Amino acid sequence: MWWRSASFIMDRQQNKNDVALKDSNPNPNPKISAYYETRAAHHGVVTTDWLAQAQAATGPDHEPQPQARPDPFSVIDEFNKWRKQPHLAEAVAAIRALAAVIRWSEASTMMQLEMELKKASDSLKSWDTTSISLTAACDLFMRYVTRTSALEYEDFNSAKSRLIERAHKFGEISHKAFPVLSARKVIAMLSQDFIFDGCTILVHGFSRVVFQVLKLAAQNNKLFRVFCTEGRPDRTGLRLANELAKLNVPVKILIDSAVAYAMDEVDMVFVGADGVVESGGIINMMGTYQIALVAHSMNKPLYVAAESYKFARLYPLDQKDLAPAIRPIDFGVPIPSKVEVESSARDYTPPQYLTLLFTDLGVLTPSVVSDELIQLYL
Amino acid sequence: MDARRAPRAVIDPKVRKVGFFAPPEPSQSGPPDPISFELAPSANSLSPVMIPPPSHASENLAIHASPDATSPSAEESFAAGSYSSSSEFFPGPMSPAPSSRVGLRNGAAASPGRDGGEKFASSFPRSGFDFTVLNDASLAIREREKANKGGSAVEVKDQTLNAKQKKEKTSKAERRALQEAQRAAKAATKAEGNKASGTLASVNVKPNKAAKPPQKVDNASVAASEKRGGDRPPEKDRKKDAPQPRMQYDDKGRVEKAKRRAVVRQTEARNRVELFRHLPQYEHGSQLPDLKAKFFQLDSVHPAVYKVGLQYLSGDISGGNARCISMLQAFQEAIKDYSVPSEKTLVRDLTAKISSYVSFLIECRPISISMGNAIRFLKSRIAKLPLTLSESESKTSLQSDIERFINEKIILANKVIVKHAVTKIRDGDVLLTYGSSTAVEMVLVHAHELGKQFRVVVVDSRPKLRGKLLLRRLVEKGLSCTYTHVNAVSYIMNAVTRVFIGASSVLSNGTVYSGVGTACVAMVAHAFRIPVLVCCEAYKFHERVQHDSICSNELGDPDVIATVRSREDVSHLEAWATTENLQLLNLIYDATPSDYVSMIITDYGMVPPTSVPVIVREYSREQVWI
Repeated sequence: MWWRSASFIMDRQQNKNDVALKDSNPNPNPKISAYYETRAAHHGVVTTDWLAQAQAATGPDHEPQPQARPDPFSVIDEFNKWRKQPHLAEAVAAIRALAAVIRWSEASTMMQLEMELKKASDSLKSWDTTSISLTAACDLFMRYVTRTSALEYEDFNSAKSRLIERAHKFGEISHKAFPVLSARKVIAMLSQDFIFDGCTILVHGFSRVVFQVLKLAAQNNKLFRVFCTEGRPDRTGLRLANELAKLNVPVKILIDSAVAYAMDEVDMVFVGADGVVESGGIINMMGTYQIALVAHSMNKPLYVAAESYKFARLYPLDQKDLAPAIRPIDFGVPIPSKVEVESSARDYTPPQYLTLLFTDLGVLTPSVVSDELIQLYL
Repeated sequence: MDARRAPRAVIDPKVRKVGFFAPPEPSQSGPPDPISFELAPSANSLSPVMIPPPSHASENLAIHASPDATSPSAEESFAAGSYSSSSEFFPGPMSPAPSSRVGLRNGAAASPGRDGGEKFASSFPRSGFDFTVLNDASLAIREREKANKGGSAVEVKDQTLNAKQKKEKTSKAERRALQEAQRAAKAATKAEGNKASGTLASVNVKPNKAAKPPQKVDNASVAASEKRGGDRPPEKDRKKDAPQPRMQYDDKGRVEKAKRRAVVRQTEARNRVELFRHLPQYEHGSQLPDLKAKFFQLDSVHPAVYKVGLQYLSGDISGGNARCISMLQAFQEAIKDYSVPSEKTLVRDLTAKISSYVSFLIECRPISISMGNAIRFLKSRIAKLPLTLSESESKTSLQSDIERFINEKIILANKVIVKHAVTKIRDGDVLLTYGSSTAVEMVLVHAHELGKQFRVVVVDSRPKLRGKLLLRRLVEKGLSCTYTHVNAVSYIMNAVTRVFIGASSVLSNGTVYSGVGTACVAMVAHAFRIPVLVCCEAYKFHERVQHDSICSNELGDPDVIATVRSREDVSHLEAWATTENLQLLNLIYDATPSDYVSMIITDYGMVPPTSVPVIVREYSREQVWI
């Protein structure tokens, strides 16, 4: 029942006038999610060749050249600079930006430096409040970097260089030994054992991590085929199918509604995650929850590939408990204005539908996520 | 696990009857088999449900108990959890199976705070050493058992049981010898010419969780105390046995008190529910006036502690946090007035004193898990006092530790919980709460202060009807409330969006141990797919594992069920005590399985129920650093 029970009818009638306006537009200020716009922009552009070129271009030069600090230094500008590179996850771009803040900070005491970092982190977070991995990465970076206990005993410069070192380590930037994509490589390596010859993998949307997994499996000459959902409204699934076809992996495209139809042919489902929440569930592109439900009812394992900086201290209780992330949908035909459109870009999959999470911390069960978070934030 | 059970050729006639039966005829049984002894000697007549006892496995385990002294308690408790599945059938007075299982049982018996918990553990010798020794708990058992001597169920059973017990004790001489050797190493000062008291002394020395030796040391005394588990021994034997082996304290006051209570208990014990024999149940009528009369006679108990005990007994103070805080504050006063007797060390003597206070409190009302944790904290602080401190410095340090505990773990923790919980309340929500929890009340009031628009449904239940007080306080603050009884919870549930409940404790497998009725509410909410949020401070978490509400619980006064206040015409159950085939059961707690719980809100943040062992681990680590 719409309002859940008769006892509310009285209230509703009283508040009808106030409520009417609200009802017609449940999100008075729909915030278009910049996160998803970015992803769309990325996936519109990226091809493996481009990827290789970009990598080569930035390859040996992981550390920004020591240059004069741009005046005025804006962490957002720095962030945007890194963000434009398609192979970099938004979160990693944020981490690099924050590392740059430390490097170019003109603070003379730890306290000042920490405050600058906090301010930078807050401004990054407010740039896009809907991006979970951005928020999580900023928080984790702050915790990780400021956790060193011996800081107060050293003089400021050595403490600062220690911080920078930790920042680099966290962003996997520092040396040649830590290539940029190492988190994804670790995840790809861990998941190889789970892909056996002759298996059929269902993939939803275009996750760069999952793509790495499949790419590595193909390179290891495993025989498997992939079912790709179309992934409306972004249609990122089509992009993924394109990429996989180039790797000579047999691909089949399904429309989103055909998932249940095809599920009995499927051996496992692989998805990425925008964020991994404290309960062990994931927040991912719209449609993931549906696929998880179908897979669960048909006893197919669902594997999530996510880097550890995506662990966030959120705990949604239901679908509506998330901060809304709106993504306008283009239907191709005009929709009358009084018809509502559900345009949320993501959903929440509770932990009981997930089998395992592949992260750079290892292969985890959903209940371990909270363990890791408690240890980190305590 | 099953492989370890030795096959039994014969079903022992002394099998415990499961279910609700009138106490059987006095009778039978020839020489009790000491092994099978763990069963309640009650079953003479045939019962529909006969369950073969767990057997020698426990003995073997007892022997292995000693080398395992250093195994981390966490593992043990999980092991306990695995055994607990059989606990449903043997809730209880396995405890009479004494010294042989003592080692295990002792460990079990020593689970912090919960009398029921001790019993539960004791019935599973296998799980015996999963629980860390809690000196006060073991003392508690002894005390309670001493006190409970009066509450014997059946005369005959008692006699046979008693005989068996004595035989049991002597047959475990070698085990005792081993324990003695260990005890001798520690127990110099407190030995009172009695083995049992000797164990007490050593027990008091090291309240450390992981210390195995005290556990074993407890064995002998616990064995004796375990006997009483099912209130089997007849009164004379009780009186004979009770004081001597259990003489833990120097003063006679406790013994007198125990005897007095024993007399009282006897009368109502006849109508106890079979299934819950393992839990202590006292006659509620005369305790309070008796205790009040004795106020000036019991100089062994500090007046502040005495007062708190009386308040527990009369029900003036109830609720986990309130009881814990009042107990700690009473201890603060007691420590302030404490002075070390000559030739005794502060650490040992003070620990013994605290243990005696705790035993007294347990007699008034079995302590809750949160209180047990607080006592454990206090004892570890006492044990960690540097020897270089003078007496007054130690005392002030302890007092400030207690103050800090109360502030950080209870008051501040509640503030953090409120801060997290209000983020889960949205406008238009209908929040259901059951019973009266301080944490949940604070959450609701704070959310209202923040201006959120929501309604509250307060679900209440007899006999305590504590929801009424909560309702009154909420309405005064201006919240819109609905009030109903638990029978209507499935009718109201479809209008509800969130359920907030408090907890007395959360166990390591995610089970929420809370007031009776909570499990029903959580189950109905789960059926309606409504999230259930538990608000519980982290100091109430425990590493124990429990699967049902039977093995460990607290029994309240059955009379309050029989009568309805202000309804004198409802008097059908007036004569329940004299009716042979009628027993009344008034449970205080129940266990909500973790499947029904969506989230636990603690001062460590919002965590899933699977993370409780993590917090227990982190918490104990944190304690070390304090």
